[in-house]
Amino acid sequence: MKLALGPLLYYWPRQSVLDFYAGLADSPVDSVYLGETVCSRRHELRLDDWFEVGHMLAAAGKEVVLSTQGLIESESDLKALRRIVRQTDFRVEANDMGAVRLLAEAGVKDWVAGPTLNIFNPHTLQLLIDTGATRWAVAPELSGATLAELRAGLAAPIETEVYAYGRLPLAHSARCFTARHFNLQKDTCEFRCLSIMDGITLRTREGEPFLTLNGVQTQSARVHNLLGDLPAVRAHSEVLRISPQGADTARVVALFRAALDGDTTPAEALAASRAWMVAEPCNGFWHGRAGVEQYVAA
Amino acid sequence: MTVRPPIELVCPAGSLPALKTAIDHGADCVYLGFKDATNARNFTGLNFDPAQMREGIAYAHARSRKVLLALNTYPQAGNWSSWTAAIDRAAEFGLDALILADPGLMAYAAKTHPGLRLHLSVQGSATSYEAINFYHERFGIQRAVLPRVLSLAQVENVIANSPVEIEVFGFGGLCVMVEGRCALSAYATGESPNCNGACSPGKHVRWEDTPQGMETRLNGILIDRFAEGERAGYPTLCKGRFEVNDETYYALEEPTSLNTLELLPELARIGIRAIKIEGRQRSPAYVTQVTKVWRAALDKLRAGPESFTVLPAWMAELNKVSEGQAHTLGAYYRPWK
Repeated sequence: MKLALGPLLYYWPRQSVLDFYAGLADSPVDSVYLGETVCSRRHELRLDDWFEVGHMLAAAGKEVVLSTQGLIESESDLKALRRIVRQTDFRVEANDMGAVRLLAEAGVKDWVAGPTLNIFNPHTLQLLIDTGATRWAVAPELSGATLAELRAGLAAPIETEVYAYGRLPLAHSARCFTARHFNLQKDTCEFRCLSIMDGITLRTREGEPFLTLNGVQTQSARVHNLLGDLPAVRAHSEVLRISPQGADTARVVALFRAALDGDTTPAEALAASRAWMVAEPCNGFWHGRAGVEQYVAA
Repeated sequence: MTVRPPIELVCPAGSLPALKTAIDHGADCVYLGFKDATNARNFTGLNFDPAQMREGIAYAHARSRKVLLALNTYPQAGNWSSWTAAIDRAAEFGLDALILADPGLMAYAAKTHPGLRLHLSVQGSATSYEAINFYHERFGIQRAVLPRVLSLAQVENVIANSPVEIEVFGFGGLCVMVEGRCALSAYATGESPNCNGACSPGKHVRWEDTPQGMETRLNGILIDRFAEGERAGYPTLCKGRFEVNDETYYALEEPTSLNTLELLPELARIGIRAIKIEGRQRSPAYVTQVTKVWRAALDKLRAGPESFTVLPAWMAELNKVSEGQAHTLGAYYRPWK
């Protein structure tokens, strides 16, 4: 069972990002996804900087994957996308159908089908496998039961990656909600999301944490955490994705590794993870329920 | 110089009476869905059974108008055959086009019914010509509906680089998030537009009169609270009032409708092929009013784009049926972002 570190969804200062990845070089993570997937205005690190981080991690024995932007709007977004598709140093995670088209056109035969491709049935997944996808990062919305059924419908298995830890990326917009909070427009946002390490919590009028504002992305306020569900999760996947958070990501990775290696029980691991989580846990999606729920199977 | 065909007016038909009134008041096309999870407006009391659909198609075709079928949710392994059965029925009924989001279904439709015209649904989340051209090359789609996230210049760039006809949203409820990429409803209620065809579904909604005011909840989550005399809105979760850093406001979007009437000459200039009116969940009265105004506006545009002006009476009429009686140009207008 492999552990993957998902792309960094927040906008951190350049040195924080470099330090973060340097700190993961000797952690027990197998794959690392790099690159800006949320907002094209974020450029503390340019593509060449990401390559540098990638080479450092590859030298440390990690598999490196370059992720493409989820929402493509402009010609310059496409230009950045083409550069990622054309490079040959690292595998690519395709996060929209434009990326899939370009990968197919370039004849690339070993890429990752990203979580925003809307793959909900074996027919669509098979189509992407036939186009060159060799790993599938499952949309967090999919339940374990649906995942099992979907995999059973494939002609041949594909390496499957489940979103196992982190705030849930729930929606993308053209509008920047962080800029809106500060009464700014996206085009002149003053990069206010820079250094908000884990996004801004949106609460209900009863003070209950509900969502997280992360620029044009809306996330859950709760942390999706499948540590307690590991036996079922590993029965249906080969890779677990951990999404970076502001502090203690390496500790979370280590906890997953310990739980997978049997050094701790799933229940103990879930309890231990509370010390490192930025908010309360939830796992409803995995159980086919509202994602916000922390569901404990009877 | 090639003469472009006039922009088609595509109106919502949530029911047979809505379909008839849309046709009677000048819709070029109507779009509708079956009474099940195969379409993204799967609400109680809406949509068509087979007999109603046959009647609706006959009514439209007798008047030389088109009927488009929305099959724009994503089937799963266990219920795949319900969606393919719907495609087979559509072919049998003689619908003018299918509006699909799922690539697997497109492959099925293109192979099984090669004569059937395919449109890419807004739920397909294709925001660039590279994505749209993918569906064109693989499945022969002839039209794509753009998500409500691009500026006018970006829409123009898509049109310039794709052989596919482009349809954009012109009026109605404004989805703030990229359609087909939003799991907010699934997070709060377990039911999503992508898989179940409904956002913030009615069975999870509760209105409660409390000492703090009228509260609207979605699966127990407080979406908004209204002072006395304030009109309580439906708890669509991206249009609620929330607290962010101790400030209470519409953190994502106000309850407001998209209205692009004033952009019509620009939309025509950049070459859009069709304008979509949102609102299959709305009443036949809404469809009547909106269709009338947009028909008049498109006819005026056709008579001469140089002399096109938006009549105040049109705006007044549309504002009456807008959410919160307010309107926005959404993402077409950059500062909205």
